[in-house]
Amino acid sequence: MDSPLRLISTNPLDRLARTIEALLVVAAAPLSVAELAQATDDDSERVEMALALLSERYCEGRSGIVLERVAGGFAFRASRDAAEACARLFERPVERGLSQAALETLAIIAYLGPCSRPEIAKIRGVAADSAVASLVERGLVAEAGRERGVGGAVRYRTTPLFERVFGLESLAALPRLDDLAEDAEGLRDRLLEVAEARAS
Amino acid sequence: MPATPVADLELDLDAFEGPFDLLLTLLLAENLEPREVDVAAIVVAFVERLEGRGEVDLEACGEFLVLIAALLELKARLLFPEEAAELEGLEPEQAAEELARRLAEYRRMKEAATWLAERLASQRDRWFRLGPAPLQPRGERRLAPQPPAALAEAIRALATPPPSVSLAHMALRFPPVSQFLERFRALLARRSRFDFEQEVGGLSRVEQAVAFLALLELRKTGEIALSQPAPFAPIRVSRADSERTPQWTARSA
Repeated sequence: MDSPLRLISTNPLDRLARTIEALLVVAAAPLSVAELAQATDDDSERVEMALALLSERYCEGRSGIVLERVAGGFAFRASRDAAEACARLFERPVERGLSQAALETLAIIAYLGPCSRPEIAKIRGVAADSAVASLVERGLVAEAGRERGVGGAVRYRTTPLFERVFGLESLAALPRLDDLAEDAEGLRDRLLEVAEARAS
Repeated sequence: MPATPVADLELDLDAFEGPFDLLLTLLLAENLEPREVDVAAIVVAFVERLEGRGEVDLEACGEFLVLIAALLELKARLLFPEEAAELEGLEPEQAAEELARRLAEYRRMKEAATWLAERLASQRDRWFRLGPAPLQPRGERRLAPQPPAALAEAIRALATPPPSVSLAHMALRFPPVSQFLERFRALLARRSRFDFEQEVGGLSRVEQAVAFLALLELRKTGEIALSQPAPFAPIRVSRADSERTPQWTARSA
């Protein structure tokens, strides 16, 4: 039987896992495998093995801290059991009061980005200036260069914070647009059906 | 499209009488000329109706804005077919397709926004640390040690005064504008129109600039009409009397 005092193992993978654990506690944003490998001066494969060890240790129901794969990296978060207590003490400034206009603008940037304000306005039919400004202020979107040509409009893309707040591993985790709504042809056909029904 | 407060907005226009969604459908089906639709009257009808209800329905206002913007765009394209190069030659059929495509695209993005809102709600019990990532600055380049003499030499090269600016162009001689005025007038007496670039092609830059001034002068006096399909495209000069009279008026827009 193992002694209850034997907390620190001498297994090299375990030692690597402890170092990664420490790095993740200090980090304020998710760390990628490459960043962890560089910081620990170890190779990516072993880092991934150590992360698998940590994922078992830090999971829902077993620990107050949960290791999650989010925004292209790994990060610690509070377990869902502790959510109520967290809500009593902390604020969620990033998503508080996110308007419908801001959500639509965010969706357009997430799916079509990098894209400019005129492009967003073209899809939404109204100016997107204040919605974009609010998203930039929250850190959910950031500037990503300009459109080609002199005086090209600033283009925007979503930030890793967006993926983290929405709990996405990456932008690829967004559902396909085709699954969300009917296509243009379907809409047009339905409009024409209405016209025929009224004409007859 | 589900019946909404906007879709069944009753309209009484010169060209059309009925609900708004039918107007849109007729436009898409090309049974109605967009230029005959008085957009301002639709806006007034909508505002009157909003006032009648006594409450602001933001959802309806938003939808109305999108639809009216789409309608305006459709109308603008048909009124100014050569306005934008990207829309050149867009047939009413294509414009209708484009309108339907945009409505569908907006609808998809609306759905995506709904998905994001639901996703956010489902993530409410995920708490994590937020803050600027305190990462070590990377990619810092260290300079190799430099001999002082080489640094002094480099600074000396930078400290050399710049060459004096040439004022040669100040002595440029400009041909008189009147020369081009007469030339263009003579040209338009023989032909109803010509291409500016072709006429001044062989001339120097300064002469071309003076020729352009002459062109502006003739335009000011109303002797000629100028047209250019797109920025940097050839400028076409025609006699003022041969200018095409626009079919539309400010009232119809």
